[in-house]
Amino acid sequence: MLEIAIRHNFPGFALDAQFSAPPGVTVLFGRSGSGKTTIVNAVAGLLMPDEGRIASDGWVLLDTAAGLRLRPHRRRLGYIFQEGRLFPHLTVRQNLNYGGWFAPKDAPRGEFGRIVELLGIGPLLERRPGALSGGEKQRVAIGRALLSAPRLILADEPLAALDEARKAEILPYFERLRDEVNIPILFVSHSASEVARLATTVVALDAGRVVAQGPAAEVLGDPAVLPTGAREAGAVISAVIARHHEDGLTEIDASGLPLFLPRVGQAPGSRLRIRIAAHDVILSRARPEGLSALNILPGTVRELRPGDGPGTIVALETRAGRLLARITRRSAAALELAPGTEVHAILKTVSVAPSDIGGGGPQG
Amino acid sequence: MGWLGPEEWQAVALSLQVSLWATLASLPLGILTAYLLARKDFPGKQILNGLVHLPLILPPVVTGYLLLLTMGTKGPVGSLLAEIGIVFAFRWTGAALAAGVMAFPLMVRAIRLSIEAVDPKLEEASATLGAPPPWVFLTVTLPMALPGIIAGAILAFAKAMGEFGATITFVSNIPGQTRTIPSAIYAFLQVPGGEGSAMKLVLVSVAVAMGALLLSEYAARRVAARVGGR
Repeated sequence: MLEIAIRHNFPGFALDAQFSAPPGVTVLFGRSGSGKTTIVNAVAGLLMPDEGRIASDGWVLLDTAAGLRLRPHRRRLGYIFQEGRLFPHLTVRQNLNYGGWFAPKDAPRGEFGRIVELLGIGPLLERRPGALSGGEKQRVAIGRALLSAPRLILADEPLAALDEARKAEILPYFERLRDEVNIPILFVSHSASEVARLATTVVALDAGRVVAQGPAAEVLGDPAVLPTGAREAGAVISAVIARHHEDGLTEIDASGLPLFLPRVGQAPGSRLRIRIAAHDVILSRARPEGLSALNILPGTVRELRPGDGPGTIVALETRAGRLLARITRRSAAALELAPGTEVHAILKTVSVAPSDIGGGGPQG
Repeated sequence: MGWLGPEEWQAVALSLQVSLWATLASLPLGILTAYLLARKDFPGKQILNGLVHLPLILPPVVTGYLLLLTMGTKGPVGSLLAEIGIVFAFRWTGAALAAGVMAFPLMVRAIRLSIEAVDPKLEEASATLGAPPPWVFLTVTLPMALPGIIAGAILAFAKAMGEFGATITFVSNIPGQTRTIPSAIYAFLQVPGGEGSAMKLVLVSVAVAMGALLLSEYAARRVAARVGGR
């Protein structure tokens, strides 16, 4: 368990954040300028906050009250930067081994061969970073961080500099890290789909303050917490693949509720996390008939959250989990929605983007 | 070397010896100074910067005279060093000292610029991977600044080859001891019939300067390609 409490004043911006990160992936989620990178840099020791305490399982990195500020090289963290920051004068192999030169000899290091294979960078080992593509660089950066025998992995928007295709290439590696490597990961993101796919825990930040923290499904399904705005709202459900159909659909089982998605790659029985964007959900009071949409989820309205504009966010409890729907206030009034109202949530299969479907992961 | 007479050859060999020593001996100090000026903030930084650049602006004769006052046998530093057997006055070592001092600003300037061009974010990355500050410098900053260090060293060497005013003021013009190429040219021009010898040394000077320039260009290119990551 990583525990963080820091306070730092910049000209025109004050950070005052306190949260704890249990094992798994903790995503710091918020708009740019909300203080995410500042927090990660404080954990890495690249920024010394005015006051605070940072400790991981009793290993104290910073305690200003006790006058303790560990230098960055003493912290044993694997920091994956947004721009990769590979050493251009070293080969990929030397980059990967760099952290190992300084790690304590008895530190449990990731096995070189296994990590190279996990990241698929075997053919790149003798090249220099200048000859790599953006996606390849980022995979090497992940490997370099893992092989430095870190107690904690920090990732500051490691996908932000990549195009959609490269993101789709790298994201599964982070899912595998979460599921196969037993090191806590602190991950910065402003992308709702990255959060939905990766997060075990979400820490939502706004203007330097923590506005919510908890399991991903809970925080993302809370209409009061929309760190990147109502337009980006969306809940996460988890489900198991039931079977693949011949017409290109995959049937999943969301706590007993059958849902249909565009074909996903994983085998039946695999666990999925699916982000359902609030603007893709239609609500109906009666069970709709003769509709093209394949997914109809009965549920109960839990909360309505009108926005500044004409929209309102409706939070629903369904058997598949908590959902958010973004509809107009006019529709909410016409349907007479209120907490406790029985509704049906309708979701078009094709509106679920492949980038919103992630593999594996613990429940919640 | 039939082409050069013994006197001329002596001047060329001495110049190469003096310049090589001036360059090699001042290189570690030059790198350290450049690093401090490029990366650190400390009280007196502007004073250090000024001191380093002083020989560039002062008349060389003044620099030579100041060296004579401080490092000469009766000077405060020179007399101390003489007790442990290091003598500069009227020796080739003094010529190397004068050349090193005169070349120092050029060397520091080239190295400082190349250190400033190293992305501090790479140094941060190195620190997060566990490298203590000296290792960050040795494994990231230094190799990435190498093209500038080579350029600075060669520039300093070329400057040392041409140093005249400070050298002749500090250590005079003694054949075989302090008579480097420029001093020799000057001496040849003072005697009737010396123009031939002077011209030969001028040609050697031009050749060495051109060679140094080409070499530095080649070395910097090679290193830049490597550091550039291909």
